[in-house]
Amino acid sequence: MEAKNESLLEIHDLSVAFRMYDQVLGQKDLQVISDLHLTVRPGEVVAVAGSSGSGKSLLASAILGILPGNATVKGHLHYQGQELTPARQAALRGTEIALVPQSVAYLDPLMKIGAQADGHRRPKPTEKRRELFRRLSLPEKTGKLYPFQLSGGMARRVLVSTALISGARLIIADEPTPGMSLDQALEALKLFRQMADQGKGVVLITHDIDLAFAFADRVAVFYAGTTVETAPAADFRAGPEALRHPYSRALWRALPQNGFQPIDGFQPYAGALPGGCLFAPRCPYKTAQCEQSPPPVREIRGGEVRCYHGA
Amino acid sequence: MNRRLNRRTRTLILTAAMGVLILAVYAAGILVPEEWTASSFLDAKQPPSLQHWFGTDSLGRDLFWRTVKGLSVSMTVGIVASCVSAVIALLVGIAAAVGSKGVDGFINWLIDLVMGVPHTILIILISFCLGRGLKGLLVGIAATHWCSLARLIRGEVMQLRSQHYIALSRRLGKSSGWILTNHLLPHLIPQFFVGLILMFPHAILHEASVSFLGYGLPPEQPAIGIILSESMKYLSAGMWWPAVFPGLTLVLIVLLIDRLGENLRMILDPSSAQE
Amino acid sequence: MFQWFIRLVPRGLRYGLKVISLLLAVSIIAFALVCASPIDPVQQYILGLGTAVSPERRAAIEEYWGVNDPPVERYLNWLGNLLRGDLGESALYRRPVAEIISQRFANSLALMICAWVLSGVIGFALGCVMGVFRDRWPDKLLKKICYLLSSVPTFWLGLVLLLVFAVTLGWFPVGFSSPIGVLEADVTFWQRLHHLALPAITLSIVSFPGIALHTRQKLVDVLSSEYVLFARARGEGTWTILRRHGLRNILLPALTLQFSSFAELFGGSVLAENVFSYPGLGSAVSAAGLNSDVPLLLGITVFSALFVCVGNTIANLLYGIVDPRIREVSQ
Repeated sequence: MEAKNESLLEIHDLSVAFRMYDQVLGQKDLQVISDLHLTVRPGEVVAVAGSSGSGKSLLASAILGILPGNATVKGHLHYQGQELTPARQAALRGTEIALVPQSVAYLDPLMKIGAQADGHRRPKPTEKRRELFRRLSLPEKTGKLYPFQLSGGMARRVLVSTALISGARLIIADEPTPGMSLDQALEALKLFRQMADQGKGVVLITHDIDLAFAFADRVAVFYAGTTVETAPAADFRAGPEALRHPYSRALWRALPQNGFQPIDGFQPYAGALPGGCLFAPRCPYKTAQCEQSPPPVREIRGGEVRCYHGA
Repeated sequence: MNRRLNRRTRTLILTAAMGVLILAVYAAGILVPEEWTASSFLDAKQPPSLQHWFGTDSLGRDLFWRTVKGLSVSMTVGIVASCVSAVIALLVGIAAAVGSKGVDGFINWLIDLVMGVPHTILIILISFCLGRGLKGLLVGIAATHWCSLARLIRGEVMQLRSQHYIALSRRLGKSSGWILTNHLLPHLIPQFFVGLILMFPHAILHEASVSFLGYGLPPEQPAIGIILSESMKYLSAGMWWPAVFPGLTLVLIVLLIDRLGENLRMILDPSSAQE
Repeated sequence: MFQWFIRLVPRGLRYGLKVISLLLAVSIIAFALVCASPIDPVQQYILGLGTAVSPERRAAIEEYWGVNDPPVERYLNWLGNLLRGDLGESALYRRPVAEIISQRFANSLALMICAWVLSGVIGFALGCVMGVFRDRWPDKLLKKICYLLSSVPTFWLGLVLLLVFAVTLGWFPVGFSSPIGVLEADVTFWQRLHHLALPAITLSIVSFPGIALHTRQKLVDVLSSEYVLFARARGEGTWTILRRHGLRNILLPALTLQFSSFAELFGGSVLAENVFSYPGLGSAVSAAGLNSDVPLLLGITVFSALFVCVGNTIANLLYGIVDPRIREVSQ
C-alpha cells in the first residue's frame, strides 16, 4: 500500500449523523455527512468547497474527534497510514493536527493573546511564538492584548500562528476568508500556501469557490454532505470540459465570470436525503440507476468522481 | 407514539394534580371546624400518633389540623399580596417600557430603592407603620415583591415594541389601545400569570418568616410562622414535633407551588424553559 | 491607566449621585413610615424607662423628639443628627444607637462573612460540577437539591439544625455569640466560632442554591462556546478547559452576583439571628420593631441600606476593574 504511506490523511466512506428529537417522529438520525472520501498528501492544499450549509465545518470536527456527544461517526479515517481512533485523535489534536478556526470568536475573550497562542502545553513555546509573530508581522505588543482589541487581519494571523506554533503536519482551516477584503483574503491564503510549501498538508474548507480554484492544488467539491468530485485545481480553472461531475460543471457556470448561470432546485436537507445519488433530483443527466443506489467513487483522468455518467 | 406530546401531556397531568393538591389543602384549612383545633389540656404535648398525626402542642391543640389551617391562612396572605404585587408589576413594567426616558429612569431608580433595603427589614417597617397585624403584612409583602416581575414585563414590552408587526400595525393606523389588546396583551398575559404563580412561594415564605418574627398575624391565628415560633419555646424540652412537621409541610407546599409555576411556564412557553 | 481613571470620573459622579439619592429616599421613607405609625414613640420610650418620669424629663424627651414640630422639621432635625453620627438613644437597650449598631454589626459581620464565603464556595463548586456534568445524573440530582433548598425557609432550617445538632446531639451551643457567664474579654476565637457555626451554616445553606444555579448556567454557556470548541481542537481536556477558560469566564459573574446579594444576606441574617438568639443587628432590628424602639429601628434600616449599597458598589466596580473589555476599551 504505497499510496497510503505517502498520504497524510485518508478518509473513506465517512458518515456523520446526529441523533435528534423531532416533534413528529420522535428520535431520528440526521445524516450530515455521507460516504465522504478525501485524501490529503504532504505539501498540498486541498480545498473542500461547497455552498453554505452543506456540513463542511463538521468535517473538521469529525477529523479532530470533537463532534458533540449526540453524533455518530461511521467509516475510516487514516492518519499517516494508521487508523485514527478516538484515543489517537485525542493525542494528535493540537500536536499533529491543528485547526485554524474562522474568527476571533474562537479565542477566549478574557485571556491575553500571548497566553492563548502559547496554548496549554508545557514548556511554553513563548520564544517560538515571538519569532512567529515577527514573521507574521504582528506587532510586539500583540501578545499583551485581548481578543477584542485585535483587528480582523491580526486575529486571522494570530489564529494561523496557533497552528504554526503547534508544529502540526496537518492543518485544517475552516472558512478562513469570509468578511475579508480580497487583499486580506489573498494574504491569508498565502499563509496556507507557505505552510504547504514547508511540507504540511492543508485542508481548506471554504465556500469561496473562486479562491479555492485559484489557490488549492486539488479541489474537493462538497455537496449535501459528500464529495462529488475531487480533481486537480487546474481542471477547475480550465473549464467545464475538464470536469467530471454535473454539479462541478454547474458550479463553474454559476461563477460570475463564467456566465452566472444558476441551477434549479435546492440542496437536499440533511433530514430528507434522496435514496440514490444525492445530486439526482437536480441532475439533467439522471437515469433510473441514479435514483436507486448511490454511485461508487470512480477514477477518471486523475480525479475521483461519484457519478455513473461522469466522463 | 408521540414522545414530545407525551411529555407535554405528562406535564399537564402532573400540573393539574399539583393544583388539585394545593387547592385541597387550602379548602381543608377553611372548612375544618374550630373544634378540631381547640385546646384540650388533657391531650397537651402528645407526640405524633394515629389520633394526632403531627402530635399536639402545649395547649393540646391538634398540630396536623392546626398546620393545615395555618397553611391556608399563609396561602391566603401570600396569594392576595402576590396578586396586588403582580398588578403593580404589570402597571409599572408597562409604564417603564412605553413611558418617556424620565419615567423609565424613575422606575428603575424606584426598583433600585426597593431592592436596596433588605426585604425583611422593609416589611418590619411597613408592619410597624400599620400597627402590626394582617394589614401591615399584606402591604409589606405586596410592596416588596413586584420588582423582578416589573423588570421582566418592561423587557418583554420593549422587545415587543421593536417588532416589525407592531410598527406595521401602527403604520396601518391602528390605535395604541388596539395594539395593546391585540398584540401586547396576548404575549404578556401568560408571562404575567406565570410570574404571579412563581411569586406565591416567595410571598408565602416571607409571610411565614415575618409571622415567625412576631410581626404580622396575632398569636391566636394559626399562621404557620406562629406555630413554628411557638415550637421554639419547647425545643429545648425535647418537643421536636411541633417544629418538624409543620415546617416540613410548609416546605412541601412551597415546593409544590414553585414546581407548578415552572411547569405552567413550560406548557405556556416551551422555548423559554429549556433549563 | 490615568486616562482610564479620567474617563471614570463622570460615571463615578453619576453613580455617587444616585447612591446619595437612594440613601436619602430610604431615610425619608423609613422616617415617614415610623411617623405614620399609630405607635407613639415617646410613650413607648417612657414606658421603656419603666419608672415614673418627671415632667421635666418628659419635656426633655419630647424636646429631643420634637414631638410638637411639624414632621418635615422633625425629619430634617433627625437627618442632621444622623449625619453628625448621633442616631439617638435606644429605648430598649438604654444606650446610644450608634454604639449598639457598631457593636452588633461586628457580630453580624462575622456571621455574614462566614455565610457569604461558605455559600459562595459551595455554590460555585456545585455550579461547576453541574455545568461539567450537564444533563447527566450529578447535574440532575444537584438541581433537584437546589430547587428543594430554595423552598426551605431560613428560620425553619435554623430550627431543624438547632434541634438536631444543638439540642439532640449537643455538638453546638443553643444560642448567643459566646458562652454565658464568660466575660467578653475572655471569650476565645474558637468559642466564638463554635457559637457562630450553626447560624452561619443555616444562612449559607439557604443562599448557595442561587449561586450554584447561576454558575451552572454560565458554565454551560462557556462550554458550548466557540472558544471552548477551539480549545478542544487544540487538545485541551475537560479539566484543562475548566481551569484555563471556565473559571476565568465564570468567576467574575459569580463574584458579582455574590456581592449584589447583600440584601438577601442581611434579610436572612435577621431570621437566623432570631432563631439562634445571636446578638447581631438582625435580632436587634426585630426586637426594636416589636418594642417600638424607633431610633434603633430607623438607625438599623438606614445602616442596612448602606450595607446593601456597599455590596452593589463593589459589584459594579469589579466589572469595571477586572473585565478587560470594559477596562481597556479606550486603548
